[in-house]
Amino acid sequence: MNPGFGLSTLRSWWQKLVAPLDGPLMTITALLVLLAFGVMTSASPERINPQLLNMAVALAVMRVVAQVPPQRLMHLAVPIYLLGILLLIAVALFGDVSKGARRWLNLGFMRIQPSELMKIAMPLLLAWFFQKREAMPRMRDYAIAAIMLLLPVGLIARQPDLGTAILVLAAGFYVIFFAGLSWKIMIGMAVAAIAAAPLAWNLLHDYQRHRILTLIDPEKDPLGKGFHIIQSTIAIGSGGFFGKGWRSGTQAQLEFIPERHTDFIFAVFSEEFGLLGNLVLLVLYALLIGRGLMIAANAATLFSRLLAGAVTMIFFTYAFVNMGMVSGILPVVGVPLPLVSYGGTALVTLFLGIGILMSIHGNRMLVQK
Amino acid sequence: MEFKNPQEELERFRSRLAFAGGFVLFCFSLLFIRFVWLQVVQHDYYQTRAEDNRISLVPIVPNRGLIVDRKGEVLARNYSAYTLEITPSRAGNLDKTIDGLAEVIEIEAKDRRRFKKLMDESKSFETLPIRTRLSDAEVAKFIAHRYRFPGVEIKARLFRQYPGGAFASHILGYIGRITDADLGEIEKVEQDANYRGTEHFGKTGLEQHYEFELHGISGHEQVEVDAGGRAVRTLSRSAPVAGNQLTLTVDAELQRIAELAFGDRKGSLVAIEPSTGGILAMVSVPNYDPNLFVDGIDTQSWRELNESPQKPMVNRALNGAYPPGSTFKPFMALAALELGKRRPEQAIADPGFFNFGGHHFRDDKKGGHGMVDMYKSIVHSCDTYYYVLANDMGIDNIAAFMGQLGLGSRTGIDIKGESKGVLPSQQWKKERFKKPEQQKWYAGETISIGIGQGYNAYTPIQLAQATATIANNGIMFRPHLVKYVTDTRSGEKRPIEPEPLRDLKLKPENIEVIRNAMIGVNKEGTGARAFAKAEYVAAGKTGTAQVFSYKGAEHKTESMAAHLRDHALYIAFAPADKPTIALAVLVENGGFGAQAAAPIARQVLDYYLLGKKPKAPAPADEDAVEGDAQ
Repeated sequence: MNPGFGLSTLRSWWQKLVAPLDGPLMTITALLVLLAFGVMTSASPERINPQLLNMAVALAVMRVVAQVPPQRLMHLAVPIYLLGILLLIAVALFGDVSKGARRWLNLGFMRIQPSELMKIAMPLLLAWFFQKREAMPRMRDYAIAAIMLLLPVGLIARQPDLGTAILVLAAGFYVIFFAGLSWKIMIGMAVAAIAAAPLAWNLLHDYQRHRILTLIDPEKDPLGKGFHIIQSTIAIGSGGFFGKGWRSGTQAQLEFIPERHTDFIFAVFSEEFGLLGNLVLLVLYALLIGRGLMIAANAATLFSRLLAGAVTMIFFTYAFVNMGMVSGILPVVGVPLPLVSYGGTALVTLFLGIGILMSIHGNRMLVQK
Repeated sequence: MEFKNPQEELERFRSRLAFAGGFVLFCFSLLFIRFVWLQVVQHDYYQTRAEDNRISLVPIVPNRGLIVDRKGEVLARNYSAYTLEITPSRAGNLDKTIDGLAEVIEIEAKDRRRFKKLMDESKSFETLPIRTRLSDAEVAKFIAHRYRFPGVEIKARLFRQYPGGAFASHILGYIGRITDADLGEIEKVEQDANYRGTEHFGKTGLEQHYEFELHGISGHEQVEVDAGGRAVRTLSRSAPVAGNQLTLTVDAELQRIAELAFGDRKGSLVAIEPSTGGILAMVSVPNYDPNLFVDGIDTQSWRELNESPQKPMVNRALNGAYPPGSTFKPFMALAALELGKRRPEQAIADPGFFNFGGHHFRDDKKGGHGMVDMYKSIVHSCDTYYYVLANDMGIDNIAAFMGQLGLGSRTGIDIKGESKGVLPSQQWKKERFKKPEQQKWYAGETISIGIGQGYNAYTPIQLAQATATIANNGIMFRPHLVKYVTDTRSGEKRPIEPEPLRDLKLKPENIEVIRNAMIGVNKEGTGARAFAKAEYVAAGKTGTAQVFSYKGAEHKTESMAAHLRDHALYIAFAPADKPTIALAVLVENGGFGAQAAAPIARQVLDYYLLGKKPKAPAPADEDAVEGDAQ
């Protein structure tokens, strides 16, 4: 009856709803999502509706997680990790094969990709692990952390799913890095990695080697393996400074760009919005990452810090690897452009990460030194 | 054990965060540099690549030029029809696809065979017709089932059509799919770009010789294509220019009458306008239907045509070399006059044979013709006269004169692949044989040369050209089939100028002697029956060329196998005083020239000079008395 009453009720509901959310993070995310739907309208308008649905689910997940205090998340770290490992083993034993890789587990009522879970479970577990050490972490602790990290990474790499393996490895590594692993050891490991590169080359699958060779010389196989990279670099390059305009990219509209709504959506964006658009995108990601690092810096506990830092850097990894591969400076691995590429799984994972950041922010140190 | 110092720990963590932030900025800078490189520095290059991707130049094949006869009757034209085409590389299992198609649209065994032959000749990404000339109903039927057949499509194409069927096929020739050899030809004249969309190429006849006149200029369409190569929209279009039209010197009606005159006999007729060299009719029968070749001929039909004992694929007018028999005699007589070896009134006594080194060269007439002068030697075709003459002249004198008349060399007609025939001489024999004992020319070999036998072998067009040269008082023209080429764009008519090859500088009085004698042939000699009651004066000469040589014994044509029977020949020009047509007729295994060849010439001349159309093919005159023989 009383419109004033209804309005104030609505306002209080809204305030309750947005209370756990971080304003700056939400703004940057909203801008990225807006941009994402703009590109999607151009690249694949028929996928707008399903992506809106994905978005709704992801936002709900974010909102829920944002309200969960970090302490409770910490309790979940070990069970989630163990569950993830079990599922990965199950995939290796009973998983469905699609496109030559065994990545999916059919549960009867739905198919899940357990490796996706590890992207969050991994930093969660390692952050929990370092929080639990009462003393300054020592070599032994780093070694244990490394084993806990490499077990799922190995399982995922074997599927094979190099993109996810890299992301999980990176996520875990960030925790270890932020936990204070000494520079000496990191440099030593880097040298060892370079030395072991030839050995690793032999362990790669043929198609993975092809991707790396294709990166070095895509024109060698212009209609086969090189096609993706050639067409996406043509799209980016032909976009020029200002771009060809929204929905006017010939490479995109005439379907020369493969997978233009998922992994290669950046090529569509870049063709239509040019260098200027790319700069805007880079700045938005930089702001998102900057805000995440700020949240990490002010987090209350070691667990929160490590988790926030790692989750933030996951965004960076996604963004850098995707744009790097689409523009032809990194090999093609299946990594989507965060918050922009079509696909529900990655979107939920990323918004889960944002939710975690918001939760940590909501429970930050109240007294600044 | 070192315990945690929260403050120190936080400081270290924050420094690591700062490092991470720096790393992020560094990596993003790398990306930005990469973007600047691609989008600013290399922009022009990628812009071009994107345009190349987007725009495809689709050639539009021009309409092939028409071929019409001298009065405008269309002999070769184009029509548009739907074809069902398969791209083998996209169709998967071909046999299955074709079986499936056969359930929807009628596909004959012939179509399958032809398709198989096309497959062997082309690359797998080319689209090849499995069925041509689909009806509208068939098109609709296929479209309803199209989803079942990847790599199969309906295309509207222009086809070459020869409305007369087998009529004049050896003049027109045919077109067929472009082969690698054809591509070589195209590259040689730098027409590659113009032929980008063209699928057919002239293979024989005029279609081959005038290929680059008939083809026209390809147009092209700039279309925007998507990654799958499908045209999305047209950006610009330049229209093709149809090929030029050929107007022939050939009179189609005359050609038709000449072809019909042969009935089911094999042979050739060449009629030339003596004052220009323009060919009025050029017959080689049996014919073949060039329409069979247009969509690609199937293996079985091809083999049937090629292996038929009738040899329909051989253009007898240009590639059949036959001994001229007694049609050689007027040329011999003219040579004798020109070289001063004989005077017209000079007569010999003919005992019915000529004795040379103990060998009797027999005359056809037992007991001989009595006293024979030059006129009588031609009118009654006296062999002995020419045995003696040949012996008196010697082979090299004969060869030199006949060579001037064009015998034994290509006439230069506008059809490729003409044969030279054989003009025997000492030189020729030396080159022809390998063993020294075979290389020597024996005087006895000269004797039968005099009556058009021995090594003599000439094509019908050479005989026609030689006859036309005499008719034209010694001025020889290059025979040609095309009168003028009409340029499609300007409408300008480019005449094929009559090309005088040479002037033999024959003495008019000598020509007069030969002309008179040849008139006599048709009035009172071997051609008299065939030309009874002719309303014009025609000069002619019959001939019979021996196919099979009998030693000593007389031979009777009736009892011989058909393919061993003599060839019948006839040469003529008319009207005798002011010739407008000269011709040579050859009927393979026709027997006597007067019997088989002269009646054909009569029908042709009757039509050409009087407009009289015959009611039936020229009858073989079984009762004709043949004066000439070997």
